[in-house]
Formats: sequence, structure tokens, C-alpha cells
Amino acid sequence: MSNELTIHGESVVSHDVHIEHDVHHHHQSFITKYVFSQDHKMICKQFLITGIIWAIIGGLMSVVFRLQLGYPDSTFPWLEDILGKWAKGGKLTPEAYYALVTMHGTILVFFVLTGGLSGTFANFLIPLQIGARDMASPFLNMLSYWFFWMASVVMISSLFIETGPASGGWTVYPPLSALGDANLGSMSGMDFWIVGMALFVISALLGGLNYITTILNMRTKGMSMTRLPLTIWALLFTAILGVLSFPVLLSGLILLFFDRHFGTSFYLSDIFITSTQMALPNEGGSPVLFQHLFWFLGHPEVYIIILPAMGLVSEVMAINSRKPIFGYMAMVGSLFAITILAFLVWAHHMFVTGLNPFLGSVFVLLTLLIAVPSAIKVFNWLTTLWRGDLQFTPGMLFAIGFVSIFISGGLTGIFIGNSTLDIHLHDTYFMIAHFHLVMGVAAFFGMFCGVYHWFPKMFGRYMNNTMAYIHFWVTLAGAYLIFWPMHYEGLAGMPRRYMDYSGWSSFRQFGALNQFITDVAMVVFAVQLMFVFNFFYSIFKGRRVTSTNPWRANTLEWTTPIRPGHGNWPGEIPEVHRWAYDYGKDERDFIPQTEPLGSNEQHH
Amino acid sequence: MGYSPEIANVVDQNKKIHPHKFTLWVGIASIMMMFAGLTSAFLVKREQPGWTNFQVPVAFWYSTTVILISSLTMQLSLKSFRERSMIKYKKLIGVTACLGLVFMLLQFVGFRHLWINGMVLKGSGAAQFLYIIAGLHALHVLGGVIALLTLFVRSGNARIKSYNAVPVEVVSTYWHFVDILWIYLFIFFLWVQ
Repeated sequence: MSNELTIHGESVVSHDVHIEHDVHHHHQSFITKYVFSQDHKMICKQFLITGIIWAIIGGLMSVVFRLQLGYPDSTFPWLEDILGKWAKGGKLTPEAYYALVTMHGTILVFFVLTGGLSGTFANFLIPLQIGARDMASPFLNMLSYWFFWMASVVMISSLFIETGPASGGWTVYPPLSALGDANLGSMSGMDFWIVGMALFVISALLGGLNYITTILNMRTKGMSMTRLPLTIWALLFTAILGVLSFPVLLSGLILLFFDRHFGTSFYLSDIFITSTQMALPNEGGSPVLFQHLFWFLGHPEVYIIILPAMGLVSEVMAINSRKPIFGYMAMVGSLFAITILAFLVWAHHMFVTGLNPFLGSVFVLLTLLIAVPSAIKVFNWLTTLWRGDLQFTPGMLFAIGFVSIFISGGLTGIFIGNSTLDIHLHDTYFMIAHFHLVMGVAAFFGMFCGVYHWFPKMFGRYMNNTMAYIHFWVTLAGAYLIFWPMHYEGLAGMPRRYMDYSGWSSFRQFGALNQFITDVAMVVFAVQLMFVFNFFYSIFKGRRVTSTNPWRANTLEWTTPIRPGHGNWPGEIPEVHRWAYDYGKDERDFIPQTEPLGSNEQHH
Repeated sequence: MGYSPEIANVVDQNKKIHPHKFTLWVGIASIMMMFAGLTSAFLVKREQPGWTNFQVPVAFWYSTTVILISSLTMQLSLKSFRERSMIKYKKLIGVTACLGLVFMLLQFVGFRHLWINGMVLKGSGAAQFLYIIAGLHALHVLGGVIALLTLFVRSGNARIKSYNAVPVEVVSTYWHFVDILWIYLFIFFLWVQ
């Protein structure tokens, strides 16, 4: 078996390392077990906990700038205590406001919803669900986490430098990002941002290489591609997207770095800086070139965020409906279609850059085409729920919530995917509402769904249900209360990236609404802290798992011991005989994948 | 530990490519995307005002020849490893690594030639792209040289007897890849003049 092959192959290469099949017998020091671990399950936990820490930081930033937006006339002396000169007299400075929104975007998009989401679940589920002892290369996998960690350290450090972190928006468009003199955040904060992101890209690539290879090469006997759980399909397409699009971002960032420090003119042309009263010699550069390179990653990136969530939701939904997933092949096909289209729609972020209107119309068509696979998926989720024996576990609630939020956020995508409507709606709160619902909140719902569902497998204990239900309902209601009103503000033309709207007679009317949004945001943030408490409390004090298969699920991870060691299965790796979705079949509640076909059954 | 025939059998039975080799192929796809991004940026930027061109320096013809020869020595060393002529294998690995270093040196000579002729980083045109694109390529060659030197050192260690061809095959595939990548870049730069 190819699993054995890797372990053998490894041992032939490195002779002094003695590798056993049931590795949990042999002694591991604290360092090799918890720090430089090569066990995919430990690396998963490292990604998850680092992601949680990032989510708290990024979420707190949004609370701070929401305070400014909701209460533009008030001062908060405690802000000065935390932020010092960035909040003189208890009021955010404009530089601090920009820095906060920029870092909020960067942290949530990359460090939480990419590193924290696919890093966690790809590491955890791929070997366990395909029947492998570990990743194709456990060493590269470990490096992937430690590059993520280094990227985190660099990004965190940028918050503490004198001139502050990057502040030109998470998309770091030049010329603002290319000229150190342009504003405070364009100084060393921007260099930290570039270096941090370069490390992040390396981490994403090392991880992605491993995920793809493991899925395609290390499946256990009988696990054909069409027997894979949908989680694995989703993680496979996510990894393919990452491996093919992150290098292009890296190219763009390298050119940006040269523009910043070595006088090249890739993105710069005909610029006069008022702060230094200087005309720059740069000529012939094009800031739109950066946007092309950035969005060639940036668009696939939103699918890198949402596909894992879709996979987790599909799996949890089938298990808790006690029904087969509806339209398995259609689900795989639509994931594939989304992956292809993800590479063909990037210019819809650039409709107002002076893009050729004919080219724009092509991108409108391709963008709206994404509605087809998305609608197929939504239809299949709803039909999976239809007349199912629904088990409302916390994971299931978040899965259903995901579908709700994904529909609400997805519908507005049809508005802004049209270049004509986008002329009015771009850079307004309508945009903010759209992408926060469809990829921000929806991806978080997918992540919560996954955490609640697989927590028993990760830690051998359950999370507290009461806290989980409070968490779900408050988050669901809160998400709609925060982002729904923003659609109206955006349709009225209220632009994003301003810290105070009271000077505008057209937008002053939204003062009370902004205050309401801020109040809800604080409540929702507090509830997320309760989730974090529940998470850490349950690791140590949660109710113990007593059976190996608490959710009565079919997939292979539930055939391992309650607390699996390195190598996952103490004996032989189980063989697979059927797909993952035989629920409620032939009068039986569920039939695990390891059970041979009966005489009355057909080959899947 | 020694040669385990069951590995070969397993590979035959499953007709599956070794995971490390597969990882390399996915990595190659990723590196190709990076250079595709850069060369597309080149083509877009060429249409902008103020674009300047350069003459491909002679040194690049020599470096191209050197990297082509190094692919040949790499292939020969893989062949001798498979035939278990370890001394020849070790020599050829060493030669390949040296040719890699010579290639990088020649690239540097080419850069210096352009630099002396006024193609510095300040400015806007093909030369600035060349420094970055060929520089990144040279970094990838450096990675290959380090891998080759690792194999070289390992083959010198009498304690470790290695019969597993996979690491040599992985390095060899990577080496041919950086060779082909340079040929592509070289033709690209000749063609866009």
C-alpha cells in the first residue's frame, strides 16, 4: 500500500531514524510532540489555535473601528490607554483608523480564513478520511505551519512599529503601497506586510503541495475518488486554487518591493507627492498591472476561503439529516466548475479602473456563470435537508446557518457582478455587506460547523452545548443585524473607508443606524469570546467521548481510537467498500464505509 | 536497512507515482504560475509609455549552453546511480552542481554587462524585468545546487548505504525543470526584443 511505501521510503532515506508503524509506542519529547510535531493532528491543532488567536485580534480591531463609526462624536479614554498616540484624547486618529481596517482585512482573509480554516481542516481530515497514516510529507507539513507562524510573528510585529502597520487597504494598491512617503502606513509597516505575506505564501504552497499529493496518492485500498467524502473534494480543489494562484501574488509583491526600494517603475508613473513637494522621476508604470496580479490571486482566494466551508457543511449536513447527500456527483462537478471559473473572473474587481467595456462584459458573463454551480450546491443542500431526520447538533445548526448566509450574501453578488450596476455600487457599504456575508460570515459558519463537529475527534471531549446554542443564535441574528442594514446604506451611495460621515448631509441620516450596527457588533464579538472560552474549557473539562463514533457517521476518522496516536490506526488501515453517504439505507441508520457490500447491493 | 523489493512491487501494483515525485510535479506547476505571472506582467507593461529594451548579453548564450550540458551530466549521473556505479555517480553529481554554479556566475556576468551599459534598476523597461525574472530563476537554480550538494555529501558518507533512487530522481527532475524554465525565459527575452 502506498501508505506503507512512504513510511518505508522515508526510512530508507533517513537511516538513523527508526520509524515504527504504531508510532505512539515510542517516546516523544515535549518538543517533538507539541512544538515541532510532524503529526498532522497536532499540526491541525497548531493551525486552529493560532487561527483563533488571530481571529480575536482581527475581530477586536473591527470592534474598535466600529466604535468610531457608531459613535463618531464620543471619546473613549480607555482607547488611549491601549493605543497610545493612535487614539489621542480617546479618539482614533485617521491613520489608526486606516491601519485598523487594513489589518482587519489582512488578518481575517489570510491568517484566519485561509491559514486557520483550510490549514486546520485539511491537516485534520485529509489523512483521517482517506485512510492514510499521515501526510505525503510530514516534514513539509511541519514547515508549512512554521512558515505560517513566522508570517504571524512578522505581521504581529508590524502592529508595534513607530509608524504603524500597513494602512492602504488589505489589497495594498500602489501607488499608496509603493511610496514610503505617501503616508505613515506606507513606511516600514508596508515592508513588514510584504515580508509577512511572502512567508504566508510559502506556508500556503507547502501545505497545498502536501494536501494535493496526499489526496491523490495516499488513499487506502478501495477509496476511489468517487468514494471520497465531499470534505476531501473541497479541500483538494482549495489546495489546487492556492497552489496555482498564490505564486502570482508573490510575483506581484516582489515587483512592488522593487518599486519601493530599488527605484524601478513597475507600478509608478507621473507622480507628485504633496507631503515632500517632490515630483517623482518614475514613468511608464501601471498601478492597474498590480491590480491584475493581485486579483488573479485575490479572486481565487475567496474560493480558497469558501470551498472548505462548503465541504465541511456538506458532510455535517448529510450526517445530521441521516440521509445521503443529495446529488454527490453534482456537488463534485459544481466544486470543479467553481474552481475553473475562479481563475476567469478576476477583472470583476476592476470594472471601474478604466477596463475596456467589451472585456468588462466578458467578465460579467463569466462572473454570473458562477451563480449556476452555487445554485446547484444550494439546491442540493436544501434537498439533503428535505424530509431528513434532522439532528440539531451545534455543528448542524451552523451548517444550516451557512446555507442561509450563503444565499443572502450570494444573491447580492448578482447585483455587483454586473459592470453597469457596479459603477454605482463599487466602494460602497453594499460591497462590504456582500463580501462579509458571503465569504466572511459564511466561511466562519463553516468553520464553526467543523469545529463543533470534529472537536470530539480532535480532543476526545465534547464542547458545551448550551454555550454552543447561544453562540449560534446570537451569531446568526447578529450577522444579519450587522450586515443587512449596510445594503441600504450602500444603495444610498455611502462610500466605504471613511471614519466619519457626519459631515455629509446625505449620509448623516444613517447615524443612528451606524450606532445600532456597532452595538450589535460588540454583542456578537462578546459571544465569539464565549465560544473561545468554551473551546479551551472543553479541551480540559469537556464531557468525555465514550464511543468511537458519537455522531453515527460513515467516514473513516470514526474508525480510529477515541484518541488516535501518530499513525491514526493501531493496526492495519481499514479497507473501503462503499461511498461515504449510506445513511438511512435498507432500513439501516448508517453503513460505515468499511462495511463490505451486501449481496443485494450494487457497486458504487 | 537494505533494499526492500516489496516497495518496487507495490509501485508496480498500484501503478502510482511516488508521493515525493508527485509533490515535485505540483510544485513545478506552482513555480510555472509564478513565472507565467511575471512574463505576462512583462507583456502588459511593454505597451506602456517610456518602455526601454536591451540587447541580450553574450554571456546568456554561454550560460544557456552550460545549463544544457548540466542537464546531460545530471541524466548521466542518474543512469550511473541506477547501474550502481557509485563513484561515477558521485563525480557527475559534483560536476552538475559545479555547472549550476558556473551558470549562476555567467548570469551575473550578463547582469553586470547590462548594468555597466546603463541598464540600472532605476528606470522602466525590459532590463528591470530581466533582473527580477532571471534573478528569481537563479535562486531556483541555487535551490537545485543545494539539493545536489546534499546528495553529494550523502553519497560520501560510508555509514549510509543508499539504494533508493527516488531522491536522485526527484532532484534530477527538478534540475531538468529549471533548465527548461531558463530556455523558456531565454527564448522569451529574445523573442520580445
